Amino acid sequence: MDLDALTGCLASSACLVTQTTSGFIIGMLLFLVAVGLTLIFGVLKVVNFSHGAFYMFGAYFAMTAYQFTGSFALAMLCGAAGTALLGLAFERVFMSRVYGRDVLMQLLVCYAFVLIFDDVVRMIWGPEFKSMGMPAAFQVMPLFIAGGVVPPYYLLLISVALVAAVILGLGLSRTRLGKVIRAAAHNPGMVSALGINTGLIYGGVFALGGMLAGLAGALAAPVRSLTPGMGFSVLIESFIVTVIGGMGSILGALIGALLIGMIRSFGSLGFPLFTEGLMYLFMVIVLVSKPTGLFGKEVA
Amino acid sequence: MTEMQAEQAAKVLDVSHIQAKPRPHRDALIALAVFVVLALLPMIFSSKFLLDFVIRCAAYGLFATSLNLLVGYTGLTSFGHGMFFGLGAYSFGLMMQKTGVPVPVAFVAALAITFAVALVIGAICVRLKEIYFAFVTLAFQMLIHSTILSWVSLTGGDQGLRGGIPRPPFLGIDLSNHLHLYVVSCALLVIGLFLMHQIAQSPFGYTLRMIRDNATRASFIGIDVWRAKLTVFVLAALFASTGGIIMALFVSGAYPEFSYWTISGEGIFINMLGGVTTFLGPMVGTALFLILNDTVTRVTDYHGIVLGIVILFFAIGLRKGLMDFVVEWYVQRRERSGERAP
Repeated sequence: MDLDALTGCLASSACLVTQTTSGFIIGMLLFLVAVGLTLIFGVLKVVNFSHGAFYMFGAYFAMTAYQFTGSFALAMLCGAAGTALLGLAFERVFMSRVYGRDVLMQLLVCYAFVLIFDDVVRMIWGPEFKSMGMPAAFQVMPLFIAGGVVPPYYLLLISVALVAAVILGLGLSRTRLGKVIRAAAHNPGMVSALGINTGLIYGGVFALGGMLAGLAGALAAPVRSLTPGMGFSVLIESFIVTVIGGMGSILGALIGALLIGMIRSFGSLGFPLFTEGLMYLFMVIVLVSKPTGLFGKEVA
Repeated sequence: MTEMQAEQAAKVLDVSHIQAKPRPHRDALIALAVFVVLALLPMIFSSKFLLDFVIRCAAYGLFATSLNLLVGYTGLTSFGHGMFFGLGAYSFGLMMQKTGVPVPVAFVAALAITFAVALVIGAICVRLKEIYFAFVTLAFQMLIHSTILSWVSLTGGDQGLRGGIPRPPFLGIDLSNHLHLYVVSCALLVIGLFLMHQIAQSPFGYTLRMIRDNATRASFIGIDVWRAKLTVFVLAALFASTGGIIMALFVSGAYPEFSYWTISGEGIFINMLGGVTTFLGPMVGTALFLILNDTVTRVTDYHGIVLGIVILFFAIGLRKGLMDFVVEWYVQRRERSGERAP
């Protein structure tokens, strides 16, 4: 407990800006992972327990692409596109076999892939910590906002995530494809009877979810260290986000992720040993008071 | 799928009728016989490797069988059951290291701590729908794991409880003696299995099956579903904790891995391997899993890949555990001889 540090920070604008930015970073990365999780759950009715692996692969793909090409944009693209393909293959070959089966089987298949993917990464990239390094384009003077230090890369990261959120939200609510996806989530039998290939929709949604997690991993690669198994803690946190925000809600994922980001960022000042505990405590409070999450609808 | 099989089996064997009668005396005799056989084993095979294997079977077996009470009997797919394994190991180890009380006292105290923690976590979790239940239990497991890692002054952080757990002799039993430890582990295993079998065959056990098959109907006929689920959650936690205590005694310490989520994953895998429709399925699964794990770790560094493929083979290919096949084979044989007989 170090409440003095927390109140001291809240009183100074510099610290406030720094901590809020770092909260935004954590929150936005979590949002990208969690929104994929919630999207896949909303449409396919399965929780992708191996979702953290896509985050991990995104980071490793981006690092490798950056080392080969030296282009940051290509690295991001590789991270996102690679995991999208991986997601598509994973869904079509394996996950599609366990739809409608009991939760135990779905968990087991995903558990098997968590083990396999972690070992594949260990095989290809080695077990040690890796780092991609900050791209040259962003190695410039940090911005000073109200006395707080804000690296320009952070602004890019936040805006990319926000753009993804807006595109996703508008795409699902305004476009024809979005309408089809929502319909498939509601009643896949009817959608398929109307001549729409639901298998394709399912694969596409899984690929989209995987791509968002991969993008998060790619964006995180310059600022975090890479290690096999790095996806697991992100998976747990993004699951907490979806529990808080409500399964199946994009807005809920955004709000939940930002809340968790702020809790982590400010909590690390006030309760350095209990930061994770705070997060779980918050989840429990939401679960007890509103079991469907802040923005979740009643599940039939 | 599993329910249908169970129903089929029940129809053919008429087991629903037979099993409804709890037979504690017969079970106690069987348990005693198994214990005597296990206890006499060192006289015939004195290899340390075999005894170690049985001790590990006891630790993991209690854990996996208690998980089956949740998964197989109640339909509660817990993905955080390993937290009680770790909790048992740590609370027992800490009791012995910090307070120096006799072993039985520490044992009871560790169970009491597990009871309290399981009651709180269960009260929050058992209301949740299945996938939520799986993940929220997993989240609590990660909470316990991260607490153990960050509370360095008490738990030693990622180094675990170092320096060994003192094991002073009590009632003529010296747990630092390998043979004594072996016999005590066997006793705990047999007693634990016996108690869990009694729970599974009791009217309460049948209430659990009913909740699994149709919770709405169960609540219509006046069963307090929440209370029943919470009760079995806490009971299962106590047995898992006992497994953890055996593990702590065996390795003379406790490590953060005991509370890591992979333990829960292994528990689920063991249940899948052995099958959740029979009481002894998880025990068979435990033995298979330990043999598989030992072999694979010896052969390759990448045992995750091999285990993953085996899991996929069982989950997507076979779709049921080994004991399920045994039961099926038995039922078919009965059917065939039944056709011939009359």
